[in-house]
Amino acid sequence: MFVAVKGGEKAINNAHKLLAETRRGDTSIPEISIEQIEQQLSLSVDRVMSEGALYDRLLAATAIKQARGDLIEAIFLVRASRTTLTSFGYSQPLNTSEMQILRRISATYKDLPGGQVLGPTFDYTHRLIDKNLEQTNNFPTAIKAPASNEATPHVLGLLSDEGLMEQPPTDTDAEPNDLTREPLSFPADRDTRLQSLARGDEGFLLALAYSTQRGYARTHPFAGEIRFGKVAVEFTPEELGFSLELGEIQITECEMVNQFTGSKNTPPQFTRGYGITFGQGERKAMSMALVDRALRAEELSEDLVAPAQDEEFVLSHCDNVQATGFVEHLKLPHYVDFQAELELVRKMRAEQNVNQNQTREAAE
Amino acid sequence: MTHIKPEKTNRQNWMVVLAKANWADLALLWDDFGNKPNYKILRPAETGLIMLRARTGAVGAPFNMGETTVTRSSVVSDSQIQGHAYILGRNGLHAEVAAEVDAALQDNNLHQVVMARIINPLKTAASNKKHQAQQKTAATKVDFFTLVRGED
Repeated sequence: MFVAVKGGEKAINNAHKLLAETRRGDTSIPEISIEQIEQQLSLSVDRVMSEGALYDRLLAATAIKQARGDLIEAIFLVRASRTTLTSFGYSQPLNTSEMQILRRISATYKDLPGGQVLGPTFDYTHRLIDKNLEQTNNFPTAIKAPASNEATPHVLGLLSDEGLMEQPPTDTDAEPNDLTREPLSFPADRDTRLQSLARGDEGFLLALAYSTQRGYARTHPFAGEIRFGKVAVEFTPEELGFSLELGEIQITECEMVNQFTGSKNTPPQFTRGYGITFGQGERKAMSMALVDRALRAEELSEDLVAPAQDEEFVLSHCDNVQATGFVEHLKLPHYVDFQAELELVRKMRAEQNVNQNQTREAAE
Repeated sequence: MTHIKPEKTNRQNWMVVLAKANWADLALLWDDFGNKPNYKILRPAETGLIMLRARTGAVGAPFNMGETTVTRSSVVSDSQIQGHAYILGRNGLHAEVAAEVDAALQDNNLHQVVMARIINPLKTAASNKKHQAQQKTAATKVDFFTLVRGED
């Protein structure tokens, strides 16, 4: 039962003023700008955009500043912000084969058409704190090499050509479900699952992905390909009637190659899991691909034994805005609820006392 | 608003250049462009959302991956030529200027000079920027080789 409380306005206003001052911190230190956050904390921005399910770098940077760097709070702000905007429609599906590659690696083939490029990665760094960064006069320069114009086709396509890889569903006419319009319901189709995972919490999906590797629904994965780069956004405005490119966004895509399936009619072939995020979100994209694959257990006639295979469990709990809302609401006033429980416990204790006394009297 | 029929691809090409342009560059070039026609705003810059679609397994059935902010604007010149713009992000001025330049480019008297003074420089800037990024990425090209372990 919800019972409203009144009062506390002054304290609340003052708390928000204190929050603003605390957010700013020591005023003898320069204030951080939105542009600084967007440029120099870009992976925080990427995460807020992905889980906020809204691509807008400066909006995400503002949310991070407002949230004092609390990324889940920032994600909440971005989700709230999107509800104030009208929808213009749906883009054409992103053509990730045409991506301007900024990073592309494969753990399954060392020689790829188009090559492997490491790009700006933490991989192979020593993970030692760099004392140079304590100073603020860093102007590092990247090395250049002649650029190649070689095409960079998807690695899994190479296996598909040999028939060793299952083909992804190509029912391209179907109108995919949209969670921003239709609430989640079960059983969920793969399009719904992918949308839900794409906005899902990185930590939660990472833990579930890890659980599949540790044996809770093993899928024997290989990172077939991870690519990060820029893709064009294409959209057909109704009033123009032709397709327009509105600009480019950065995305990360991960395709996992998993162990075989086959049947009486189909020879054994690899299966696949898919992950995609806004910006550079490799850990999330990999986790998403592993969880996407685990959630296909029923479709691939695998035993349902682990949490990562349970779509109701995974999808109902992967949204950190919903999760934080429900967990954190516990700190709001529940005085009347608690009063009722208090009365109940007192009553139960009183009844128990009476019963015990009666039993004692009967024994005597 | 009148419904515009599908245009030639060169309009799509210049609209992409305008949408992708660095705002500061575009603003400067358009400011410096003398003798601009007067424009009236048909539809003031409006920011909304487009749901971005991706494909299952990169090439399969589409799904909705998340939204992006988009700003659109429409203008009409003195000579009744309509210009439109749709750009990623929330910069209303960028959308308005892009719509004005789109209208100017459809004007036969202005087309060539606008191509030369606005579109071509923006295109060059974009392709230089892209080339720089490609060169830096190319320097991180990796050639892994496998080592044979154990006795042969």
